[in-house]
Amino acid sequence: MTKIALLTLIAIVAFGCNNDDDTTATPVSVDLRFTHNWDGDAIANSDFDQIQYTNAHGEQLSLSKLVYLISDVTFTNSSGVAFDAGDYNLVNVREQSNLTFTPNVQIPPGDYNVTFTFGFDDEDNIDGVYQDLNSADGGWNVPMMLGGGYHYMRMEGKFIDNTAAEIGYAYHTIRAADTSTTPVTTQDTSFEVDLGTVTIGNNTEIEVEMNVAEWYKNPNEWNLNDLHTVLMPNFMAQIMMSQNGTSVFSRGTVTQN
Amino acid sequence: MRFLALIFISILCFACTEADDTGPEYEATPSPLEIPQLFRDKLIPPVVPADNPQTVEGIALGKKLFFDPILSADGTQACASCHNPQNAFTDERQFSIGIDGIAGNRNSMPIFNMAWNFNEEFFWDGRAATLEVQALEPVTNPIEMHNTWENASASLLADAEYPELFEAAFGTRAINSDLATKALAQFMRTLISANSRFDKYLLGELELTPSEANGLEVFMDESRGDCFHCHGNPNNPLWTDNIFHNNGLDATITDKGRGNVTGDPREFGLFKTPSLRNLAYTAPYMHDGRFATLDEVIDHYSEGLVYSETIDPLMKTVAEGGVQLTEQDKADLKAFLLSLSDPSFINNPNFRAPD
Repeated sequence: MTKIALLTLIAIVAFGCNNDDDTTATPVSVDLRFTHNWDGDAIANSDFDQIQYTNAHGEQLSLSKLVYLISDVTFTNSSGVAFDAGDYNLVNVREQSNLTFTPNVQIPPGDYNVTFTFGFDDEDNIDGVYQDLNSADGGWNVPMMLGGGYHYMRMEGKFIDNTAAEIGYAYHTIRAADTSTTPVTTQDTSFEVDLGTVTIGNNTEIEVEMNVAEWYKNPNEWNLNDLHTVLMPNFMAQIMMSQNGTSVFSRGTVTQN
Repeated sequence: MRFLALIFISILCFACTEADDTGPEYEATPSPLEIPQLFRDKLIPPVVPADNPQTVEGIALGKKLFFDPILSADGTQACASCHNPQNAFTDERQFSIGIDGIAGNRNSMPIFNMAWNFNEEFFWDGRAATLEVQALEPVTNPIEMHNTWENASASLLADAEYPELFEAAFGTRAINSDLATKALAQFMRTLISANSRFDKYLLGELELTPSEANGLEVFMDESRGDCFHCHGNPNNPLWTDNIFHNNGLDATITDKGRGNVTGDPREFGLFKTPSLRNLAYTAPYMHDGRFATLDEVIDHYSEGLVYSETIDPLMKTVAEGGVQLTEQDKADLKAFLLSLSDPSFINNPNFRAPD
């Protein structure tokens, strides 16, 4: 009797599971595709090392390197349930590497608010623990004298300064560090990028656009003559770069293939 | 008709079975790279091609080939002639001299930690896409060994020992450039350097001197040396990015470097960042060996930079010649750089010429 009851129970459970499977869509992964432009003009490899851009302050400049880190792509449904793989992606624009990123998380199809973090937030920004980032680009690390951790972005190039000379700049974003205090005071200058609500289907690709000109524009009009190098230990420069970064990214096209 | 088809399928299956019975391909004795703790902790795994795994027999053959002048046209020059173990496998001469007495135009590169060159672009200009391909060139280069691989292979075939060694390493006596360079690459991948004073400091085994400690600060400080953006950091103990840069040596570029390989004018005058490991043994410095001492190198970045069109943006205050280090910072930076040298590497008996 007990066995019959048990078998019946198993059958009901199994049947119930089957029914659930029939009504629940298979979880899917989502692709993010990163594209880059200067106020609308697409940036390709051939655009690097050409002094062809003019920033909001009026300096003519080139890009020679543009590498940046994003992390914690998060999909939040209308019930407030968040799906986040907690992984990261290092985009190299000139080398055209990692331009497409598939966060390692499977989510049920549906509508989601999609966000990611530019750089690493403090929870993730742990010195030396990511072997692939230690190995990338000669080491994506930040010196311990600045609190350690990792770069968020390395944007480099040349500009024409106010004496008409062509000189290099290194617009590197990191966690802000105030070295005038002991120990160094740090401030998390990563920021969240909100891509809005996206309908996720079986093969969804979300374009993430970076308008590079925005790094120099809003709210802080960037004067490269004053701020072109040694920006990593410059606490206020890091705050301003973070502020400018919040208008850099936007959602482009969403494709359902 | 169906019957015929069944017979045909049976024959095919039988044939397949017969082929399977011939047994697996020859496999020499595996000898995986011994990865130093620091590299294992900090870095992604080394690059070892799937078609050239490390083996005891392959490494031994590669080592013998590396030290044997048999690969050169007149039997006078080995790889080791210009890649001396005592110099961390580089040449103390500015330019090495080939078998015909002709000098090259670039300084011989040191050889260590080759499997951690994740970009796999070898030579100063990155023209070789793998270590195996790299090993092909010196044999045929007319100002180096000036041989042909046909000749070199014939010499090896005629030798009393090599056919047996190739058979042990690769299961065949059919000696050719492919197998010879595979063996050389296997040996070169074993040349691992990770036991410097600074490595020991990172492992908590010793303290840096105050001078070395300040030198590290100079190295890592964007407002002083700012060396780390190209030369690694304690979390990347390779001390190179293995990327190509123009570091402000010349106003007029005479050697296009990376640009010669890619044809891209944006890369004229770019050369691969060399590792800072073992600087105590690798003078002279730069791609053309122009600097005889480390002091000259430091002076270059401090006061000697000159502008050219492709100069790297990371070269700061070029109009003033560089970052203007104080004499104390220069001395300390040098002390730190020398702490990256690894005497156990140049004295490793495994890396000496076989008896």
